[in-house]
Amino acid sequence: MSPTFYSEYANVLIFFLVGAAFVVLNVAVVSRLLRPHTAEANKDSTYECGEPTVGSAWVRFDIRFYTVALVFIVFDVEVAFLYPWAVVFQRLSGAGPFALLEMLIFVAILAVGLVYVWAKGDLDWVKSMDAQADRARP
Amino acid sequence: MRTLDYGTLAFWAFAATAVVPAFLVLVTRDVVRMAFWLLFSFAGFAGLYFLLGADFLALTQVMVYIGGILILILFGVMLTRRRDGGDSGIARDGAPRGSGLVVQGVTAAGLLGLLAAAVHTRTPWAVREAGEPAYTAAGLGDLLLTDFILPFEVASVVLLVALVGAAYIVRREPEEGE
Amino acid sequence: MGATLAKSLFVLLALLHLVPVLVYLERKLSAWIQDRRGPNRVGPWGVLQPVADAVKLLFKEEVIPAGADRGLYRWAPALAFVPPMLAFAAIPFGNRIGTESLVVSDIPVGVLFVLTIGSLSVYGIAFGGWASNNKWALLGGVRSSAQMVSYEVALGLALVSVLMVSGNVGMQEIVRRQTGSFSLAGVPLPAWNVFQQPVAFVVFMAAAFAENNRLPFDLPECETELVAGYHTEYSSMRFALFFMGEYVAMITMSGLAVTLFLGGWHLDPFTDPDSGTWAQGAISVLVFGAKTLAVLLVYIWVRWTLPRFRYDQLMGLGWKGLVPLALANVAATALIWGPEAGTMP
Repeated sequence: MSPTFYSEYANVLIFFLVGAAFVVLNVAVVSRLLRPHTAEANKDSTYECGEPTVGSAWVRFDIRFYTVALVFIVFDVEVAFLYPWAVVFQRLSGAGPFALLEMLIFVAILAVGLVYVWAKGDLDWVKSMDAQADRARP
Repeated sequence: MRTLDYGTLAFWAFAATAVVPAFLVLVTRDVVRMAFWLLFSFAGFAGLYFLLGADFLALTQVMVYIGGILILILFGVMLTRRRDGGDSGIARDGAPRGSGLVVQGVTAAGLLGLLAAAVHTRTPWAVREAGEPAYTAAGLGDLLLTDFILPFEVASVVLLVALVGAAYIVRREPEEGE
Repeated sequence: MGATLAKSLFVLLALLHLVPVLVYLERKLSAWIQDRRGPNRVGPWGVLQPVADAVKLLFKEEVIPAGADRGLYRWAPALAFVPPMLAFAAIPFGNRIGTESLVVSDIPVGVLFVLTIGSLSVYGIAFGGWASNNKWALLGGVRSSAQMVSYEVALGLALVSVLMVSGNVGMQEIVRRQTGSFSLAGVPLPAWNVFQQPVAFVVFMAAAFAENNRLPFDLPECETELVAGYHTEYSSMRFALFFMGEYVAMITMSGLAVTLFLGGWHLDPFTDPDSGTWAQGAISVLVFGAKTLAVLLVYIWVRWTLPRFRYDQLMGLGWKGLVPLALANVAATALIWGPEAGTMP
């Protein structure tokens, strides 16, 4: 289809190198030469509204963040599958309703998944009392 | 002697980007730093896919592995309870020493060699003609909706099962952990 | 190679110079909305204030907090700045000059490229928050990661419905297909995708605000409860990188919105898509810039108008509002455009 595959992606690489050079130049060279370096223990202390810090900053996180990431991956893969379909959708529709039906089945199956996690309360950030009681049960 | 063209140069650059951070993942002890190095390793593999002419696969690699799986790993790391406050490192107790190191090393090398031999002798490598490859997204769309329609629909079922299973496990976790 | 280098430098410099302009506009507009004066000391009407800020940041001492993960702390700001900038590579900022298309890289998967690469800035935020050894920073970083992944699904689905309308084409071609006009109930309108895909546009803009951590979705920073969120402990040029990364992400997102929904660099009587003269090229760049700036002004306007969401409301809106809406929109687009495409030769 296109004879320019590598050159177009090489352009991306060139752009990346230009941007990276800018970052390195400013942060690691120019600013490093200009800024003062006067380290002091108090200055380096962690900011916690002027109070001495309590406990470790690396606290344990709630499982809800993990749930969100799990649900995200499934839908991320779905978008990745939808993408090649979307770009050929119009062309294939000319040949009949198959492309449409096949994709509707695909989306419907995943919509079932969304409905499931929704109904089970996995998408609720603040869990209701019912959901909390429901947790132990499958 | 072969001339060093841009393609070969790019291959070695991406290969190094894939392998060197992967090695750093192995030797570093901080779990979050492992995730950081994994980011570059995944990016290196994405670059190799580009070189093979699979641009859509490369972007999907970035989108799913870097954009999704790695976030999941990070959250997983942040979920783990650390033994003593600030230390996010892995316990050193499990590290092999002495004769254990030898046994494990030989086993690992043997298995790796077996795998490499199997891949090398059994895989019918597809060889692409020289020249510029075509963009792949539209071709993939055509194939998914014609020749590979069954795997495509099965994929959605697999995703559904994964979603339901994952949600179920996550929901039960607090009761069993506490 | 030379042309690419020139275009790359042009885009980079344009992005970098747009940032202080935006900062100034943001401060002036917010002052105007809140009946204040805003910056008015440095230069006439305070126009040199962003320059003074930049100089200050360049000369400012860098403080790395004790107990921080120094390696990650140093790298994180670059991870927050480079991805949104790199994503701009696929956005056409003008028509063409001669045969040189005014886009750094015109790839058919450009939409996916911008979405994917742009979303990588989440790592700068997550690692920066983690490495700081600060509770506010970590909370901001984790909140941001969860928020960005949640809204990325809605964003991706909104873009899928746009692609269904435009087909397998590069970004320049997506702009070209919006150059005509069509009539809606007798009213002649430009053939912009925003009129063909209004639902996708609304979902896209809402998700874009959340992706960029802007109000009403700015919980990762949330100065009233998290001090400054993930960049609490950052100072000097590393803070500047986070700051610029945020604004560049906004510019890239606005550029994407203009390209996909608002007709890109084309505006009817002013630009001629078939002409490759220097004058036409310059005008198309100006049109693109003006449209992008207009979207950016909406960002600023929204920020100083709406209150902040609560985190549970944020997650609810993303997963229970935008994702089903975007999915329904994909299905509706398929049902409306499918038969229509079927009748076409």
